[in-house]
Amino acid sequence: MNIDHIKKEFPIFDEKIQNNDLVYLDSANSSQKPKIVVDRINEFYTKQFSNVGRSVHYLAVAATNLYENTRTSVQKYINAKDKNEIVFTKGATEALNLVANTLGQNYLQEGDEVLITELEHHSNYVPWHFLRKSKNIKINFAEINEEGEITLEEIVKKITPKTKLISITHLSNVTGAILPVKEITELAHSKGIIVVVDGCQGAPHLKLDMQDLDCDFYAISCHKMYGPTGLGVLYGKKKWLEELPPYQGGGGMISEVKKDRISYGDLPNKYEAGTMATAQVIAFDQSIKFLESIGIENVMRHEADLVEYGQELLQKNNSVKLIGNPKNKGGVLSFTIEGVHSHDIATILDEDGVAIRAGHHCCQILHDKLNIPASARASVGIYNTKEDLDQLNDSINNCKKIFNL
Amino acid sequence: MNLKELYQEIILEHGKNPRNLRKTEDFNKDAKGNNPLCGDNVHVYLKLNGQRIVEDISFEGSGCAISMASASIMTDLIKGKNENESKEIVKDFLGMIKENPELKSEKLKEDEKTKLMCLSGVKQYPMRVKCATLSWHTLVSAFNEKKE
Repeated sequence: MNIDHIKKEFPIFDEKIQNNDLVYLDSANSSQKPKIVVDRINEFYTKQFSNVGRSVHYLAVAATNLYENTRTSVQKYINAKDKNEIVFTKGATEALNLVANTLGQNYLQEGDEVLITELEHHSNYVPWHFLRKSKNIKINFAEINEEGEITLEEIVKKITPKTKLISITHLSNVTGAILPVKEITELAHSKGIIVVVDGCQGAPHLKLDMQDLDCDFYAISCHKMYGPTGLGVLYGKKKWLEELPPYQGGGGMISEVKKDRISYGDLPNKYEAGTMATAQVIAFDQSIKFLESIGIENVMRHEADLVEYGQELLQKNNSVKLIGNPKNKGGVLSFTIEGVHSHDIATILDEDGVAIRAGHHCCQILHDKLNIPASARASVGIYNTKEDLDQLNDSINNCKKIFNL
Repeated sequence: MNLKELYQEIILEHGKNPRNLRKTEDFNKDAKGNNPLCGDNVHVYLKLNGQRIVEDISFEGSGCAISMASASIMTDLIKGKNENESKEIVKDFLGMIKENPELKSEKLKEDEKTKLMCLSGVKQYPMRVKCATLSWHTLVSAFNEKKE
């Protein structure tokens, strides 16, 4: 695998960013896009555009086929049993809101408990909080250990007879911890508990096999997966998607509409009301092809190498403190520098073309637990190299110099 | 370079050792401000006397060097000014951070203007303007707070 060749597939790296070569270390936030994805959007709008699933004219039929092709590609990529278990949403946030909302309507009752973790992104906490407000459910938090991990033992400890649902991240966007989702699911199912997985960080960086993982729902963010913005995927086991009510009402999701009654469409239309992000869905097929052409095993090996290298580099750098040290770690290096706030770090690094994220990364619960207001985060993607991490380290040293450290 | 303008010695010094970073125990006005995007937060306390002169001002909170330095310099300048003067200074400062090349208020002495102008480098960093202005907006909220 030649990273230089892969990098060439991303047009953004031909650009000078404020006169610098771009060192993009913000892929956990959103990944850059390969040319084939960008070109596919252009081609669809230029030569093939039509709305899908409605009209019978030539373009509409062709566009519908393209749209459904992506559904099949996603199904295969994540090894879902059925094509109809793939629902397109406007993002992973909407996917998680869909699950919380529909389970809230039909399944969760007052006093039921939902177990999440201290690692969760706000999008896997706030939707459950809505149910805490509206249905009086209780939210429990599995706590991180010293290394910033959530262990199976901790989950076992937090399950009560009232736990109806566990909603967890696959891979923490701050500590990088990869959660034992398969083991947690096995345990949960033995107790009749539903498992929802926030796969925003998992999907771009880990091998996905829904039938092996066996979780009930899995939310994917396409723009973190070398795909377009405005698009997410919700995987849901067929029995749940059939049983639960629709999320939004509108065109496309109905079967029959009368003045006194309405029946809903079959899967997956039932959950895809209104005109969907058609061009994005069609272009996302190219993102999957891109990942498949490299091979997820190669992606995982490359990113594991990068993280190990980056970790060693930063550990050696005085006054840099890494957040979390999980045994099983994805491509995220979060850190603080004693005496420098993360926003100052990010601004100074930016001057060298090094793009990182600063703040609480939508994980305020975790930052409160760690007793820090914010952190800096460098996260890697398939296009990153060890040189990028060397530049990160050099720019951190410049930052320390400016702050007289 | 731009960074040198942004992180001048005086900013780094105020950021490291902020003045009035404490709580005025006998405050009679206060307000909290936060920046939900980055999690920065500030709590401004005022003690106004009968003539609405700021007898004491302090703040608590956490944030980057820019926001801490800005709050620190602000509290230094506002102490001893009355409410109207303070609000005029806030307006002048916000104008300077966003567009005006310099400070105009006659309520500020030359050395005070020089001190405040140190923050003008923020202008080139639109994402950081909020860091510099958070405490100032919070100060206005504290003045306007209705409390029995």
